[in-house]
Amino acid sequence: MKKSKILIGAAVIAIAGFFTIAADHIDAPAVAGGTSDITDIYGFQGQDSDNIVFVANVQGLISPANTASAAFDENVLFEFNIDNNGDAIEDLVIQATARNGKMYFFGPTAPTQTGLNSTIATTAATNSVDITSYGSSAIVESNNDMRFFAGPRDDPFFMDFVRYTQIVTPGDDDGDGMEEGAFLPEGTGDGFASDTFAGTNVLSIVIELPKSMVGSGDSVNFWVESKRKQ
Amino acid sequence: MKLNNIKLIAIAMLVSFTAYNCSNDDDNNFVPMQQTPLDFSGTYVQEDQMGRPAINTVFVSPEDKNTFNVTVPSGQNAVFQSKFQDKLEALNPAHTDPMYTNALGFNAEQFTGALATDVLTVSLTGTTTFFDGTNVLTGRALGDDVISTELLLIFGGPTGADNPGLTNDNVSANDKPFSASFPYLASPW
Repeated sequence: MKKSKILIGAAVIAIAGFFTIAADHIDAPAVAGGTSDITDIYGFQGQDSDNIVFVANVQGLISPANTASAAFDENVLFEFNIDNNGDAIEDLVIQATARNGKMYFFGPTAPTQTGLNSTIATTAATNSVDITSYGSSAIVESNNDMRFFAGPRDDPFFMDFVRYTQIVTPGDDDGDGMEEGAFLPEGTGDGFASDTFAGTNVLSIVIELPKSMVGSGDSVNFWVESKRKQ
Repeated sequence: MKLNNIKLIAIAMLVSFTAYNCSNDDDNNFVPMQQTPLDFSGTYVQEDQMGRPAINTVFVSPEDKNTFNVTVPSGQNAVFQSKFQDKLEALNPAHTDPMYTNALGFNAEQFTGALATDVLTVSLTGTTTFFDGTNVLTGRALGDDVISTELLLIFGGPTGADNPGLTNDNVSANDKPFSASFPYLASPW
């Protein structure tokens, strides 16, 4: 009992000061709260099991009141990177960037150069979709067995971040006379765990495409980069 | 007569111009529609990147957070594995013992070795999930409780029973249901 308390105490102290906010929301000072800040990415099998779905969410913690005015930055390129031979270097990219109310998509195509600097693969233009406005039904475009969406969505991420902060911050943060040493139990109301990201929105880019377009092996490695025009 | 000819030509031009515009309104054929071409030129330089959830947030120290976002994944292990290991051992001191493992059977060096290349592995042949009780790290679905999975792997030890108050945040689902069909994510609040 005592030993585990000490362990937890040590862990709590160690976490304090560097765990900012999850998942990747506001993860680093250079991008926090900016238009290139990636909050989460997802990769999963589509409703059609021959397809794979890639999601990139950006600009987290948008309140409903601010969602109508939230917009993709036309100077930012979102690059969906796909490594299909296990070396963690992108073999294919799908690029997305907004212009005049539409999201334009390029690829999947082999990038002209891998790494930190990119040019847009205009010869591999794939499709464009009107960016769905706040309050409207989702606008979807499709061609060549690919589907595209861009616009505000509910943030699918969930976590009791408030409680986490209380745990990692030394001292009694919730005023009950005790230092917080554990997460709260599942339930509703005061004294129970709650989703800090409930009721907040993100800007989403969703792409679905045949698995055969991204790789022929058992799996791919996937990550998303945001890049700003110089 | 001459005037009529000019009018006809003008109308013909107008019609052809309009027709051209109409066909261009078909979004299924990607051609930039604006009369002034869209500008996709230039070099774009990296600012942020993400693979698995919360890696930069949990394992990267404040002074390294920007650097991590502009280090290519294939170069991350060399720079960050030992730093990640230090961080894991600080989070859960039991991990300083190389014989101590998490529920994946990984000790601190093995676990951080896997995490330090921050890419999300996505299966093309089966279930895609961060963890569903059976499959581990085969993707990330919208409903996956990724934070509790990571807390369990950081704090839970070999059976998941260590540090019981820290292995689950007890928020296990999103605040809106997801759709079974494209675009899957729920409408905004």
